Amino acid sequence: MVETTGDSGFAVRCHGVVKIYGDDDSRIMALRGVHLEVRTGELMMLVGPSGCGKTTLISVIAGILDHEQGSCLVFDRDLQAMAGCEKVRYRAKNIGFVFQSYNLLPALTAAENVAMPLIINGVKRKEAVERASEILSRVGMATRVRSLPLELSGGQQQRVAIARAIAHNPRLIVCDEPTSALDHETGHKVMEMLKSVAMDGNRALVIVTHDSRIFEFADRIARMDDGHIEKVVDSPAEL
Amino acid sequence: MYYTALKLLVGDRSKYMGIIMGLTFASFIMTQQPAIFVGLMARTFSFITDLGQPDIWAMDPKVQFIDDVKPVQDTQLYRVRGVEGVEWAVPLYKGLLKARLENGNFQTCNVIGLDDATLIGGPAIMLEGRLEDLRRSDSVIVDVEGANTKLARTLPSGERVPLKIGGSLELNDRRAVVVGIAKTSRTFQSQPVVYTTYSRAMSFAPRERKMLSFILVKAKDVYDPVRVARRIGQATGLAAYTRDEFKALTVRYFLKNTGIPINFGMAVLLGFIIGAAVAGQTFYNFTLDNLRQFGVLKAMGATNATLLRMILLQAMAAGSVGYGLGVGAASLFGYMVRTSVLAFKFPWQLLALSGSGVMLICVFAALISIRKVMKLEPAIVFKG
Ligand SMILES: Nc1ncnc2c1ncn2[C@@H]1O[C@H](COP(=O)(O)OP(=O)(O)O)[C@@H](O)[C@H]1O
Ligand SMILES: [Mg+2]
Repeated sequence: MVETTGDSGFAVRCHGVVKIYGDDDSRIMALRGVHLEVRTGELMMLVGPSGCGKTTLISVIAGILDHEQGSCLVFDRDLQAMAGCEKVRYRAKNIGFVFQSYNLLPALTAAENVAMPLIINGVKRKEAVERASEILSRVGMATRVRSLPLELSGGQQQRVAIARAIAHNPRLIVCDEPTSALDHETGHKVMEMLKSVAMDGNRALVIVTHDSRIFEFADRIARMDDGHIEKVVDSPAEL
Repeated sequence: MYYTALKLLVGDRSKYMGIIMGLTFASFIMTQQPAIFVGLMARTFSFITDLGQPDIWAMDPKVQFIDDVKPVQDTQLYRVRGVEGVEWAVPLYKGLLKARLENGNFQTCNVIGLDDATLIGGPAIMLEGRLEDLRRSDSVIVDVEGANTKLARTLPSGERVPLKIGGSLELNDRRAVVVGIAKTSRTFQSQPVVYTTYSRAMSFAPRERKMLSFILVKAKDVYDPVRVARRIGQATGLAAYTRDEFKALTVRYFLKNTGIPINFGMAVLLGFIIGAAVAGQTFYNFTLDNLRQFGVLKAMGATNATLLRMILLQAMAAGSVGYGLGVGAASLFGYMVRTSVLAFKFPWQLLALSGSGVMLICVFAALISIRKVMKLEPAIVFKG
């Protein structure tokens, strides 16, 4: 993480990013030259109609999907230019994930799930689970440390997922539709939780959503359509 | 990560059971079938095993296995006794003779004639009577299995009366009185075994120019039995084998001239293939079902090498459990059939064999799954 300090102040800088799915016969141009900048300390929301390329874009940003053209820098590092294992290590250290469908490992307890990123980063299991329990109490799940995901409600599972996303203290957290599977009230609470535990001046959040009720949590909102960023606004009213 | 791998494996109960069952089945078949095979093969030479005293067996060079008797001339005995390194050498008669039972029926018996002076080659376990009773006139000792079945008398009521001490048989029109009941190991020959002295056996058997079946030899302590056997061969023109060599000769004959190895080989192969198919298939399904979880781990920064080790560990763990259960079941099977006619032997080589078989299945199952996980795009984690 040393290499990312003293940087330009940008968490993400995408320039002319093009992503094409499929081969010659069935080409889908999911991203058609995306420009997007996310500042460090910022909560950026990515909104737009279904199929416009939001998921594709955060996959590229998070370094789990390669793009065809353009550049995408994360804390001034070009993930695509890294060797395979270096990229995987960078991801392990610097990026946290929150998914619409939670994606907790069903066989593991809440604490063990939260401990996963720590274990992947080489922390001993016992210590990792202890730290995970502390983090779970920060998201109000202190009493469910030993619960299996299936024993938890959707909102609770998403809080565990948030704890997992911040467990290893990553600098960038990407979330894909984190509230879509939750009712309004739960979604609101989860967003409050996410913003309070995940945001600090050294970190950035990119949240994909089409849930307009959570727009209020954004610092800025980028509106996407058909593989482009249409506009980036400071408040939901400007959309 | 290894703890996580194991938890993922057992977390999916039904799949886990499927994998374990496939591996258990394969281990069982791959252990139990060869165990029966080894047991059967050991049975081919159990007569040699039972005869503990001699180090060396001398016989006609054309003899191919223990029951393949080709007599030699009596004088050969003296020539063998003259060979350097021979402590003692005694004659053994072994031949199939027709016996007339008390009820008039005929039954072919495996008659063993022991050296009159020493009675070397007699049964190890006497259930009734003593081996020395063979010195009484007209006496024979019969094996308990034969006495209870083929040599037994059937009453008009259908009840079977075993042949007992004091009962008699007729061999070549000569009366033979039972003076003892012995227990012998099961052999490939199903005929009742009748022990008597060598000279009495000569009178039971039809007169021929050559009557001596085997010469049993003990090498002097300081001599290597193998060297003594070779020396006997050179000096007499007979074939002389150490006990182990004669066992091996016998097994080789059965391996070469019967369908037994092929049958068992097929069963083992089938167990291997079915086990591999079931375990491989369920393990692969398990991996496919958990692909999303592997994707999540991949996205979170788990390397391919880590995932590979996790999957290998899962396969090996499942393999160990399945192997344990399979071998356990096979042992239980062996224990339950220990008193029946079924042959069953369980040497460590066999455990190694089935162990490697199961290992192979696991590696195979892991490999097809690993391919899938290695090629997995972590981006699938964002798919709904
Ligand atoms: N793995 C894929 N293979 C082929 N086409 C894909 C794949 N993933 C997404 N697409 C296509 O790319 C476009 C953008 O998808 P996506 O990024 O998932 O949109 P959003 O998240 O905004 O709904 C869609 O037309 C979708 O069908
Ligand atoms: Mg999407």
